[in-house]
Amino acid sequence: MRHIVSVLLENEAGALSRVAGLFSARGYNIESLTVAPTEDATLSRMTIVTSGSDEVLEQITKQLNKLIDVVKVVDLSEGEHIERELMLVKLRAVGKDREEMKRMSDIFRGRIIDVTDKDYTVELTGTCSKLDAFLKAIDSSAILETVRTGASGIGRGDRVLKV
Amino acid sequence: MQLTGAEIVVRCLQEEGIEHVFGYPGGAVLFIYDELFKQDKVKHILVRHEQGALHAADGYARSTHKVGVALVTSGPGVTNAVTGIATAYTDSIPLVVITGQVPTYAIGEDAFQECDTVGITRPCVKHNFLVRNVEDIASTIKKAFYIASTGRPGPVVVDIPKDVTAAKAEFSYPAAVSMRSYNPVVKGHPGQIKKAIQLLATAKRPMIYTGGGVILGDASAELTQLVKTLGFPCTNTLMGLGGYPATDKQFVGMLGMHGTYEANLAMQNCDVLFAIGARFDDRVIGNPKHFFDPKRTIIHIDVDPSSISKRVKVDVPIVGNVRDVLKEFNKQLDAVKTRMDAPALKSWWAQIEEWRGRDCLKYDRASAIIKPQYVVQKLYEITKGEAIVTSDVGQHQMWAAQFYKFNKPRRWINSGGLGTMGFGLPAAMGAQMANPKATVACVTGEASIQMCIQELSTCKQYKLPIKLVNLNNRYMGMVRQWQEFFHGNRYAESYMDALPDFVKLAEAYGHVGMRIEKPADVEPALKEAFARKKDLVFMDFLTDQTENVYPMVPGGKGLSEMILV
Repeated sequence: MRHIVSVLLENEAGALSRVAGLFSARGYNIESLTVAPTEDATLSRMTIVTSGSDEVLEQITKQLNKLIDVVKVVDLSEGEHIERELMLVKLRAVGKDREEMKRMSDIFRGRIIDVTDKDYTVELTGTCSKLDAFLKAIDSSAILETVRTGASGIGRGDRVLKV
Repeated sequence: MQLTGAEIVVRCLQEEGIEHVFGYPGGAVLFIYDELFKQDKVKHILVRHEQGALHAADGYARSTHKVGVALVTSGPGVTNAVTGIATAYTDSIPLVVITGQVPTYAIGEDAFQECDTVGITRPCVKHNFLVRNVEDIASTIKKAFYIASTGRPGPVVVDIPKDVTAAKAEFSYPAAVSMRSYNPVVKGHPGQIKKAIQLLATAKRPMIYTGGGVILGDASAELTQLVKTLGFPCTNTLMGLGGYPATDKQFVGMLGMHGTYEANLAMQNCDVLFAIGARFDDRVIGNPKHFFDPKRTIIHIDVDPSSISKRVKVDVPIVGNVRDVLKEFNKQLDAVKTRMDAPALKSWWAQIEEWRGRDCLKYDRASAIIKPQYVVQKLYEITKGEAIVTSDVGQHQMWAAQFYKFNKPRRWINSGGLGTMGFGLPAAMGAQMANPKATVACVTGEASIQMCIQELSTCKQYKLPIKLVNLNNRYMGMVRQWQEFFHGNRYAESYMDALPDFVKLAEAYGHVGMRIEKPADVEPALKEAFARKKDLVFMDFLTDQTENVYPMVPGGKGLSEMILV
């Protein structure tokens, strides 16, 4: 099962490699991993999308907590949460495709942020599955390039991950 | 007053009360060595290979409950040390390893003797640091000792670039550490403990299974009290030997791949299992699928939450320091006077005694060739069970574990988790250094001993009167045994041709060498060797080449599927 794990960790050199190393050494999946400093510059927040049985997820959270640089770990999937991912996608936009691409982008509430006479670059945010759906809806030969940030997640309401 | 980084390093070690540092100098640590030279509080032990430094610091730590300290240079100094760091990590041994690094301005430029120490050691340390500023040395070393020795212990590497050891800063050693990201749990949850006691009272076939956590947590007195109160059978893992007195009748021997028949069957057939500071290792429970059948209820105490429900699902987890948790157990047991199920326990013990009657450790005592088991048995008798015994890895290690009865903790020192050949001699050096009056024996084999044989030179320099018991069967015995059992007697590369003459070798290093070829000579030789209080004696016992370690649970099999002699 897919899980989104949020990690607060010391914003120190090498902290990211400790987490990445843990996942590879113990054979855990990483679908995506994003990290950036928080409003408190001494802390980074990482969102890891992973998958595994309940037993594996229990081990993942325990092993993450065991890392000395890790301050807090929450499996967001255990409760109500929001996830968002950003994707930039460059689409071929010539001839009849030019109107079609614009329309698809509007349907998915994307924004065209760069235009040339041959292509559009569309910015799209949403859940991972929404971004997947967009890519599915477009003729694959029209997709010139994609880049995705991986998911970021946050708990709903008063579910707060903070030191 | 401003001190150099190197002075600060040495002052930190002094502040920590460190008496011995095991190490080997080199370019990147020259400033630190210069400062060691100028003082005499911290004694430096010069090894002959960095692996030896790490194992010696490790043996020092295991035999004392102090943090072992090693000092090595950058590049190859570090890579040589990695085996020792990984050995300590797998067995949760507290070490602080100070490593030299090329100057900060050269890092990343493939400088001479540069390696990415933090990167290379990351998977085999509890934590590591690269100190980029001289102002951070003291607080980092303080943290290193704190992290190494608390919670589940482990090695911590502090990598210090050469220019940082030359730069100057004010020195003050922090009195305490507080880290928001590291707060190990100590006390167990009283509610869980209560629940565990209720469960123990319902047990018809209980079993207590304890590991290295009891040794590391100094909980052997509390464990002994608990086992006595409960009246249950108790087994120790390879790492846990000495946690419960081996000569006590409630002790059913070591369990696991080469555990006793009675320990393994009691483990497999119990209905309530009480695991204490042990981690259900593959060498201990064999195949987990087989272990689940029949299912039993499990109580598990461990200081490391990630050890709980890792390989085996646990019913009553208790996270905490083993000693604190067991104290609480003993207190609650005294207070409530919980009655155990006496009739059930009686018939359980009758069953265990029947298994014990199988005499699974028997061997041919009338053999005309020296039996390795006999040597260990005599070693036990002659040292009255009071020696600190280190071992290398292989058959000799298992025979030492089976036949030397450890009644006290911190007397059995071996590389249980990583299984590092070459561990025994340097670990014995560390143990002897830490316990100058103790009798220290290293049970080894002719293959293992050659992996760190150079340390005989260190033993000479520091006059360490270690007694080496070399069980020489001319084979990598455990490899040969597996080849006999599982690879159709094809002894691929497990025979060592052209062995050195160990007697001459010992003499070349300035020690006493003895060769023992007949069973009748075993006892007199051991007596003579141990009477030489000031000498290192290398006893080369020519033992039976075909002897195997029994019982044996083949890899991937269940505990009840033992091969017996």
